[in-house]
Amino acid sequence: MMDGQLLVTMFSGFFIVCGVVALLIGSLGLLRLPDVYCRIHAVGMIDTAGASFIILGMIIHEGFTLVSVKLVLIGVFLFFTSPIATHAVAQVAHKSGVVPVGRNLARVAGTKNVRASSETKKRVTKSVRKAKAKSRGTS
Amino acid sequence: MMLVAIVACGVCLVIALVRTMLGPTAFDRVLAVNAIGTLIILGIALHGFIMERPEFVDIALLYAILNFIGTLAVLKLFSTGSLGDAPPSGKK
Repeated sequence: MMDGQLLVTMFSGFFIVCGVVALLIGSLGLLRLPDVYCRIHAVGMIDTAGASFIILGMIIHEGFTLVSVKLVLIGVFLFFTSPIATHAVAQVAHKSGVVPVGRNLARVAGTKNVRASSETKKRVTKSVRKAKAKSRGTS
Repeated sequence: MMLVAIVACGVCLVIALVRTMLGPTAFDRVLAVNAIGTLIILGIALHGFIMERPEFVDIALLYAILNFIGTLAVLKLFSTGSLGDAPPSGKK
């Protein structure tokens, strides 16, 4: 009996710690990555890995009751809706003309803060447009 | 263990709030608000476990549904310029 209790505590603690690590990594990425399209990866990490591991830990801690069934419902719902939400964000951002950082990542990431990086991004898109126009003119 | 998890949820929530405040585009803000919603769902469920009142899980389930619908509604408003009606003619 005591051993079973210990095993349950160990497993639930292990999964909750995995989820906490995923949450911290995801939120750090949300703060530090340079672009909307990059930050979507970090949010996907929070939504699927972090939430799933923490809910799995809570289910193991609870055992088989009605509460754990509701937790399974929350987990399944998050697991299926968060990719839909992030995909919708990416699609609408692409439609409304947010340019991915792409190959200019080093230039944008080299700037000091976020406001400067958005300025740099504007400049980068301008230079890309100029280069495209130039190549069109030459060809 | 649950206490550690709820403190981590709070830390992540503050970080996502910072991204919401200084996100360059509106989509960064939508994304960060979506992440905040997920963290609040986890926080409500963990709070129910810490306080020994698992009825809070129902509220967390409700928040999960509302978070998804809210994100999609805001994105639809951005993409078509209206909610529910047909998109205005001329745009797409």
